[in-house]
Amino acid sequence: MNSLSAKIQDVFDEPACDKNRGKDAKARKEGCASPLTPGAAAGGCAFDGAKIVLQPITDVAHLVHAPLACEGNSWDNRGAASSGPSLWRTSFTTDLTELEVVMGQGERKLFKAIREIKEAYAPPAVFVYSTCVTALMGDDIEAVCKRAAEKFGLAVVPINAPGLAGSKNLGNKLAAEALLDHVIGTVEPDDAGPYDINILGEFNLSGEFWLIKPLLDRLGIRVRACIPGDARYIDVASAHRARAAMVVCSTALINLARKMDERWDIPFFEGSFYGISDTSQALRDMARLLVRKGADPEILGRTETLIADQEAGASKKLEAYRRRLQGKRVLLNTGGVKSWSVVHALMEIGMEIVGTSVKKSTVEDKERIKQILKDDNQMFEQMSARDLYTMLSEGQADIMLSGGRTQFVALKAKTPWLDINQERQHPYAGYDGMAELVRQIDLAIHNPIWSQVRERAPWDCQPGVKDEQASAKNETATVHAAQEFAGTTPTISASVEKIR
Amino acid sequence: MTRILAQTKSASVNPLKSSQPLGAALAFLGIDGAVPLFHGTQGCTSFALVLFVRHFKETIPLQTTAMDEVTTILGGSDNLEEAILNLKTRTKPKLIGVCTTALVETRGEDSAGDIADIRLKRAEELAGTEIVLANTPDFSGALEEGWAKAVTAMIEGITRPGERARQSKKIAILPGWNLTVADIEHLREMVESFGLQPVILPDLSGSLDGTVPDHWVPTTYGGTSVEDIREFGAAEHCIAIGEHMRRPAEVLHKVSGVPYVLFESLTGLKRADQFVSLLSTISGEPVPAGVCRRRAQLQDALLDGHFHFGGKKIAIAAEPDQLYQYATFFVDMGSEIAAAVTTTDMSEILEKVPAESIQIGDLGDLETLAGGADLLVTHSHGRQASQRLGVPLMRVGFPVFDRLGSQHKLSILYQGTRDLVFEVANMFQADRHAPTPEELDPFRKRETPGGPRSSPLTRH
Repeated sequence: MNSLSAKIQDVFDEPACDKNRGKDAKARKEGCASPLTPGAAAGGCAFDGAKIVLQPITDVAHLVHAPLACEGNSWDNRGAASSGPSLWRTSFTTDLTELEVVMGQGERKLFKAIREIKEAYAPPAVFVYSTCVTALMGDDIEAVCKRAAEKFGLAVVPINAPGLAGSKNLGNKLAAEALLDHVIGTVEPDDAGPYDINILGEFNLSGEFWLIKPLLDRLGIRVRACIPGDARYIDVASAHRARAAMVVCSTALINLARKMDERWDIPFFEGSFYGISDTSQALRDMARLLVRKGADPEILGRTETLIADQEAGASKKLEAYRRRLQGKRVLLNTGGVKSWSVVHALMEIGMEIVGTSVKKSTVEDKERIKQILKDDNQMFEQMSARDLYTMLSEGQADIMLSGGRTQFVALKAKTPWLDINQERQHPYAGYDGMAELVRQIDLAIHNPIWSQVRERAPWDCQPGVKDEQASAKNETATVHAAQEFAGTTPTISASVEKIR
Repeated sequence: MTRILAQTKSASVNPLKSSQPLGAALAFLGIDGAVPLFHGTQGCTSFALVLFVRHFKETIPLQTTAMDEVTTILGGSDNLEEAILNLKTRTKPKLIGVCTTALVETRGEDSAGDIADIRLKRAEELAGTEIVLANTPDFSGALEEGWAKAVTAMIEGITRPGERARQSKKIAILPGWNLTVADIEHLREMVESFGLQPVILPDLSGSLDGTVPDHWVPTTYGGTSVEDIREFGAAEHCIAIGEHMRRPAEVLHKVSGVPYVLFESLTGLKRADQFVSLLSTISGEPVPAGVCRRRAQLQDALLDGHFHFGGKKIAIAAEPDQLYQYATFFVDMGSEIAAAVTTTDMSEILEKVPAESIQIGDLGDLETLAGGADLLVTHSHGRQASQRLGVPLMRVGFPVFDRLGSQHKLSILYQGTRDLVFEVANMFQADRHAPTPEELDPFRKRETPGGPRSSPLTRH
């Protein structure tokens, strides 16, 4: 595990990471893994993180070297989209049995498994993931991969990020290291050009990168590699010939961007496609970086024209929701909101942010949040499910935007909820995506079910009980809102009146 | 005699199994005020949790001992202790169900010894909370084994031992994991309709039936009470459902002398008849008119439905008892089992599955074997195979994450069998396509035996 420990030290000491820069030398050396509390921990492991970052590469066979659970409990569970190959959705695991663990037959089984995959599917590459048990058994997956690559004549890439090494985020970074060590730069493209860029940390969830790509096409910018969303192996392998890069999810892949800059002189900027102003800024930064690297400066003008046109269209679409969403209170409960332009866009149409988590935010992020929010107390590191439930059931927010982990906290508190994490059903990137997000918020808040689920049964209402009055008040508020916008039938408000 | 074909591949393609600790956790989730605790890294828990949430669409209490590199080398007993104490303070559970994972089992942790020490050392702090251990390494077994081990562990650990005065109306019921929430609710009502008092262990219908509580609960809410498990041995009779529940039933018999009857499945008219007759015998009550009416409805469903089933080729991939449940259902309706895939060769039920052979394997095997089938029967992960083969998929078992309401789908006794007949017949009718002259031309190129489709003349 020595090489793994060295790798972990290396990725923890990331000079391009804002958080890391804020630490002194000693704190930096300690790394950024916060110790977990047994019995009170939540979150994925390093293997999970590595698979998240690599699995959307669509034509690769992803082989998990492990007993059943690592792959069997987790496959086909993320919403990245592919425009072609579907091999990435096929699950491969060595599914080690007790006997194989005891007898130490892991390496041999792994080698055979690679052969079977090569013969049946002929993929351009096999990615082999190590896990806790195979690491503990001492399986040398790097040696097996090397031998298999020689023998079978295809790329076999070891991904050394067993779960016990640490957090999901560490796994993201170890995956990037594997790409740097074994994949990027192994294929020379014959069509490199001055408008080639890489997009790093874009997952193409619900196909949302397809809302962006046509904009780039219009500008004549070519995506050399989008890693990992909808990528092919050869795109990644030849990514070192791009002229510039944009890092979308910097917490996951900042080390990849910085090292590609170091090795192949590919300058990068951090940006986001969520929200109108951020999307525009990303297009501008992209054009500027390309010009700096020798592209024709006329692209800058074309970019501005496109931005003006798209922004006008998007504002018009958003404006239509102002009347319906003005004054509605949003609770943001997600790892860390990178894109403040989403918040801005929501506030621009009159919505109010009543709270946000800042668990993964940097110092600068927190400063920006302070300026946006009326009250510092609305910032929280992490809210326990119980507190969250209390806040929502007291009606302190009209909608919560979060990931699946807290979905049912909101729903059980009978509060509208929208998924903005990886399992979401709708694409939210770019100008059209922002309009879609607002549309989904509107649909969620104004759904007629809320008055139905909050109402008690007609035979179950004793007036005078304290919390009942509170909830009845809520009901009226929602019913009124619903009536105003959705033309609810008078029957509902009549029955609410009766209850009161 | 059914041939059981061993797995020969090294690369499992599209796993059929869910892991053994997940099965154990599911059983613990059927206990009131419980929190299952995985002894492993946080990833083991995270994956299981996400899968549970995708299936049940509920908040699921599930915790981890959060093992890391250092504790894996030094030993995990401190983590286990800390986790148990933290859970006790934070959630005040009535039961903590510890499920070991491949990591700690490969390491060779003595979890049973550790738990005994913790209970001794922390007796005061842990008062009022039962701690039960299921040894469930991921590298053996699957959901079925995990579930059975957890139930066995609860009886061994909690049920008061010794022969007791029997309560003549009390019936202990040990449902297999493959019974849905709706199945358990229906089962309870059926037993109660004979004036008997069923105690069901575990009881997912109390905890995972999708009710909305009016305050925050950090543990399960609803399910078998710990007190009921303690008094489990006072039952007059025990009824176990599924071969994998034989072991817990035997342990209950050994611990407290309760005699048991085992039903391999409760789906299908004849099995429902046997079950109802048994209840009538135990209670001394005649079969209620309502039950007779359900039986008549099922007979009518068989009459109406059998046209759609005759000659159909069914491909099933499921854990052994569920494979048996569905294979017998289809064969009883006149269909044939064209492909059967399961997770383990250890279950005795496999010999009774009405199929020529059973492949121990994965959904990759199902896809290979199901070429000429009319219907796939497996969990939601079968959706890719269904799409590629162009064969409709009936979703059963765990996980079902791309359809709502799987827990409220009834599949047992008269009413459940009736519903299944309708569901499948409707799938066949929806998949029906109009005949073409080419298909019916007597001089057409004949299909090779076992080819893609059965004769167009006999279809539908």
